[in-house]
Amino acid sequence: MSRTIATARRVLQQLSHDPRSIALIVLLPSVLLVLFKYIYNGQPAVFDRVGPQMLGLFPFIVMFLVTSVTMVRERTSGTLERLLTTPLRRGELIGGYGLAFGVAALVQAVIGAAVAIWWLDLNVNVPWAIVLFAVVDAVLGTALGLLMSAFARTEFQAVQFMPLVVVPQILLCGLLAPRTSMPDVLHWLSNVLPLSYATDAFTELTHADGFNGTMTRDLTILVGCCVVAIALASLTLRRRTP
Amino acid sequence: MLNKSAIEVAHLTVIRGKNTVIPGLDLSVSTGSVTGLLGPSGSGKTTLIRCIAGIQIIASGSVTVLGSPAGSATNRDRVGYVTQASSVYPDLSVRQNLAYFSALAGKGAAAIDETIGNVGLTPQADSLTGNLSGGQRIRVSLAAALLADPDLYLLDEPTVGLDPVLRRDLWKMFDGLAADGKTLLVSSHVMDEAGRCDRVLLMREGGLIADATPDGLRAEAGTDDLEEAFLVLAEREAA
Repeated sequence: MSRTIATARRVLQQLSHDPRSIALIVLLPSVLLVLFKYIYNGQPAVFDRVGPQMLGLFPFIVMFLVTSVTMVRERTSGTLERLLTTPLRRGELIGGYGLAFGVAALVQAVIGAAVAIWWLDLNVNVPWAIVLFAVVDAVLGTALGLLMSAFARTEFQAVQFMPLVVVPQILLCGLLAPRTSMPDVLHWLSNVLPLSYATDAFTELTHADGFNGTMTRDLTILVGCCVVAIALASLTLRRRTP
Repeated sequence: MLNKSAIEVAHLTVIRGKNTVIPGLDLSVSTGSVTGLLGPSGSGKTTLIRCIAGIQIIASGSVTVLGSPAGSATNRDRVGYVTQASSVYPDLSVRQNLAYFSALAGKGAAAIDETIGNVGLTPQADSLTGNLSGGQRIRVSLAAALLADPDLYLLDEPTVGLDPVLRRDLWKMFDGLAADGKTLLVSSHVMDEAGRCDRVLLMREGGLIADATPDGLRAEAGTDDLEEAFLVLAEREAA
């Protein structure tokens, strides 16, 4: 456990030497949200529907990118190889990453939710659920980033996984059009993509009176996806390589 | 314990892609000594060290390290591997890097400042590691291994690009560690460093062409110059 915390602290220290990335992680989602609000100034209903969904989308995208690039760097610089010769367990390494980016996502989500609710007058009855789902989305992004980093040899390739892994999920998750209105094949496809359940949860949040059964189901599915992605990611961390 | 060998390699074969990098190698390294692994680049030094560190997939043979198979969980806090590329985080300060590796080894922060001093980096302790010179980064990497206080050090070309004074100091430190009962396997492609080792393993094309003390090497080749001794032995092997 102490090695997990040491790893999380190390990842956050690395981030602390990079003020631009901190600004991107902490402030950019709020800025984009404000932009979105005023683009749809004449149609407040659009922002009320899509605003919260975007609050769930940002942590997923940002953490996927940050994690996959960081992890590719670990693999190519030899630090990963070195870590695997120390007593650090693979689960502790992955847990450390999840914890560090989970903390970053918490800060991001709290600021984003505060801006949305107090400045942009977003109507939500359970604001803490926004933060909860945003953090779970971030951990999901981190887990998928860890997994995908195994298939990238360079940071450039890692960034290319964004259109491959993230964009189809954005298109199919129900942000642009309700999933039930899609052709059957696309609907089925959206059913197996984790981001769909994150979007479902945020859609539910906008009109639910409290934390309801649908949200519990979405949360369970998202946590399940995190566990599967993390398990697969740990398989890609091989101690012995050719 | 003193008579026991720290590393036992038997019939080791490593195949990478279609190339046989190590075609059946036997060697042993005794505890409490500094052993030099010398040879030109591409001779298989790094591959052999990776086998001993337990991170190389091997085709056949066995590698026993400190009484257990290489790479076993019990060895992970007893073996310190310093890779050729300085595998530390460029976006952390020297102190932060060392605090992390110290925590992974389950050691406290007490020894960090002293270790920074031992590798001559006290003025750079709070500098970003990525802003240091290549030689300084290698020393950060070395310090990370020292903090873990392992029984066996695997050092892959630790003195590349260092100035002569620092090189001398580091070799002195290696001798001191060996005197404390630690075992060191140090690779280098600079032949004059062979003279500083208790024993020298000369590698060429994945095989051992000599296994002797520096004096033994000189006697075997009939020359005082170790660089020349390598040439003589390599040509004899090829003939």
